[in-house]
Amino acid sequence: MSALVEQAQLVKTSWLTPSRAGIALLFVAAYGIVPFTASGYLLDAILTPFLALALAAVGLNVLTGYAGQVSLGSAAFMAVGAYAAYNFNLRIPELPLLFSLVLAGVVAAAVGLVFGLPSLRLRGFYLAVSTLAAQFFVQWALTKFAWFSNDNPSGVIDAPPLSIAGALLTGAPGRYVFCLTIVVVATFLTVRLLGSQSGRNFIAVRDHEVAAKVIGVPVLRTKLLAFGVSSFLVGIAGVLWAFAYLRTVEPDGFNLDRSFQILFIIIIGGLASIRGSFLGAAFIVVFPLLLSRVGEALLGNVFDSGVLEMSQRIVIGGLIIVFLIAEPKGLVALVDRLEEQVSRHAGRLKRRFI
Amino acid sequence: MSMVATAGADALVVTRGQTRAGEAVPPASGAPLAAGSLRATDAAAPLLTLQDISLSFGGVTALQAIDLQVTTGEIRAVIGPNGAGKSSLLNVVSGLYRPDSGVVLLGDKGFRHVPTSRLAALGVARTFQNLALFKGLSVLDNVMMGLVHHRRAGFLRQIVVSPRARREEADSRAAAEAMIEFLHLEPAKDRIAGGLPYGVQKRVELARALVARPKLLLLDEPFAGVTLTEKHELAQHVRNARDTYGTTIVLIEHDIGVVMGLSDRVAVLDHGRKIADGTPDQVRADQAVIDAYLGVAHEGETELVA
Amino acid sequence: MFDYQFFIEVLVGGLLSGVMYSLVAIGFVLIYKTSGVLNFAQGAMLLFAALTFVSLVERGVPFAAALLLTLVVMVLLGIAIERTVLRPLVNQPPITLFMATLGLSYVIEGAAQLLWGTQVHGLDLGINDTPFTVAGVFISQFDLFAAAIAGAMVALFALFFRYTRTGLAFRAVADDQFAALAVGLRLPRVWAAVWTASGIVALVAGLLWGARLGVQFSLSLVVLKALPVLVLGGFDSVAGAIVGGLLIGAIEKIAEVYVGPFFGGGIEAWAAYVVALGFLLVRPSGLFGQKLIERV
Repeated sequence: MSALVEQAQLVKTSWLTPSRAGIALLFVAAYGIVPFTASGYLLDAILTPFLALALAAVGLNVLTGYAGQVSLGSAAFMAVGAYAAYNFNLRIPELPLLFSLVLAGVVAAAVGLVFGLPSLRLRGFYLAVSTLAAQFFVQWALTKFAWFSNDNPSGVIDAPPLSIAGALLTGAPGRYVFCLTIVVVATFLTVRLLGSQSGRNFIAVRDHEVAAKVIGVPVLRTKLLAFGVSSFLVGIAGVLWAFAYLRTVEPDGFNLDRSFQILFIIIIGGLASIRGSFLGAAFIVVFPLLLSRVGEALLGNVFDSGVLEMSQRIVIGGLIIVFLIAEPKGLVALVDRLEEQVSRHAGRLKRRFI
Repeated sequence: MSMVATAGADALVVTRGQTRAGEAVPPASGAPLAAGSLRATDAAAPLLTLQDISLSFGGVTALQAIDLQVTTGEIRAVIGPNGAGKSSLLNVVSGLYRPDSGVVLLGDKGFRHVPTSRLAALGVARTFQNLALFKGLSVLDNVMMGLVHHRRAGFLRQIVVSPRARREEADSRAAAEAMIEFLHLEPAKDRIAGGLPYGVQKRVELARALVARPKLLLLDEPFAGVTLTEKHELAQHVRNARDTYGTTIVLIEHDIGVVMGLSDRVAVLDHGRKIADGTPDQVRADQAVIDAYLGVAHEGETELVA
Repeated sequence: MFDYQFFIEVLVGGLLSGVMYSLVAIGFVLIYKTSGVLNFAQGAMLLFAALTFVSLVERGVPFAAALLLTLVVMVLLGIAIERTVLRPLVNQPPITLFMATLGLSYVIEGAAQLLWGTQVHGLDLGINDTPFTVAGVFISQFDLFAAAIAGAMVALFALFFRYTRTGLAFRAVADDQFAALAVGLRLPRVWAAVWTASGIVALVAGLLWGARLGVQFSLSLVVLKALPVLVLGGFDSVAGAIVGGLLIGAIEKIAEVYVGPFFGGGIEAWAAYVVALGFLLVRPSGLFGQKLIERV
């Protein structure tokens, strides 16, 4: 793990991108332009799932990228979040949605702590396998006990209307803004945490657990904190996935493939990088659409949904391997390099013309 | 991790008695004392005592009935050929191994198994033979990690940056920057530790260990794998640390050359036993040492003379 | 009154299906022992093997020829994997390699189905599946056959490891890569051999499992059954894989029959994991796994 991320940029975790101006610009666009100009399709089918997956990836990155504990059960915590929020909302109707959301995160964090307990004794593969237990157990429990889905026989739940601070958010733009706001706040707080001593502790435990223990890092507490925070974020992402994106979900929507998808996002985007989580999520959302367009254009009717799904699997799997071999730091490293080159060229141009 | 009040107890009484007598000079400077038990005020008092330490792995003896005393303020070397048990000894002192028998006394506290997680709070720091830096962190962050046991603010306070969290962060940073300066690491301060040259990484590790001003610093082969120039630099840094901060230093090494010039006293291990203990001159002249360890050095005796 | 006969029936059924788990687990152990990789793609290889074989047979290739052809394909696949995925990643941390095999499993699964289609194929190995009774206990003939095949494979591997040069090389590499390198063993060749071997295991396991479940995508999920076995037995122990497989098989069936009803059934999905985990907390390196002394 450490070699994977050793060069990753972690020093300045306090900034999403190297420049304040860049962030400001991004915000203006995300809040001021996109909700008013983007089509319903773009908002509903691309941006909203992108945001939810990005937050899930941020959550997994806290655990895997920063604290070095591999988890193969992220989707389980998404499910816990979604079903917890659904039940808070259903059973305590006077609770504002935002509270349900945070409480759902807390429930997911609690479940995450339970499944994180083995990390105190297990490492590497053994731990990775143990997180699979979370995956199967949660999926089973949600399907088996109808109480979780208000007695729906197949465990399907429907999302309540969305609102923030009393303001009802309807339509595609509303759902997008809801998602965006929560993702922005959650990411901001995560960045703060990662830039603090706790963030350093995560990396210390990841890079050298023995040395961390010797200098007094509370290793057990640090690992549990990573599991808790990670599950909290992933849980909230699950709520967004269920409430803002799909609106109707079943436990099977949070299966092992979803867990792998989130893992792939952080590998492709960049381990131990918040920006990487967003880049990776964007890639995973946009890529299948591109592939299907390209496939249709090239192969026409042969390229049906079955072929699409299979070729997606092949390409995604292949990309994982390629990234691990050629660019273990992920898309974020590519983007950084690109940025550097652009600024170098810009500098040269400036010198030539001024 | 039981505290021991048996064999250790007598030693404790003696230690305290000496401390009360208060004849000795306190360590070199007025540097602030590390938190914890090692508030040694007596240069002659043993800061670290190993009593009858034995350790074996699945029948292979690593250490056999080792007794060792380290006096406050001294630079103490433990030397021996590969496999002599030096690393095991350090791992016993830092609690990574639990000895089969024997007691480790840190100041006035005796342990059958030193609690690693409380090591820093007890005023002990160590470095590792094969570098144990946090490769993904910057040099500054690495050094700040050395103060982690002082941090009290919980993660929620850290997120909202409460006054306490802010103060702790600022204090750590200031201390770390001072230590970085002390070890001439300023140019590398914001670099990611993993990408630095080996010798620089060794110094960063030293900085991380020293930043908490430990009373006792354990160095695991600090001179292994560095160039000759860096060796002398490092030795100078170690000496400075003792002189400036009054840190007591135990180092294990098989490069005898540097050690003999640096150390006040040297213990020699061979096959898990201590075969000699004394000043560098005494050890150099010891027949058992020459036979067991330095026998091979007849051709390369220059190393000894250094 | 506790029905002992029924209990024994459940137990025997569990043990027999446990042998099948062992068979899959051995594929993992082979690779883990020699290259330190937890090969998540083992399940995908199994699917690929079974699908290739079935498709060949359905296209009129005789049984034996299909078997041989599939074998060749699996060997080529193993060598290709070693060349393109593992060799470039040599000396990377184990978890990186694991993720690479995760990607690999996606590639192989996708390729298998793109090549041969996604429909379910029946696979008839020509074994009678009527159960027979021993002392009043029903035993599936097919399960017994599968167990015998698995047992034979294990015995073969044991002999191979003990008595052949390549086998010795395997063991040397497993013990100490650097030393093996130093005495002149060519690691890539050993790795290629080991991937070939695990390809063969995948073929055998794929045929047995395929005959039982039908050859379809879910076959690759058998890998998820093997993981608790590995955790229980230790990733690096063939004996552990066998004992672990038997234990998991038995525990799973017994749990499903005797504990499951209290939870509304379906606990098979995670019971094995919980058992393996509980066990791990007591013995972190598994039943037979090597306990490593941490060197610092």
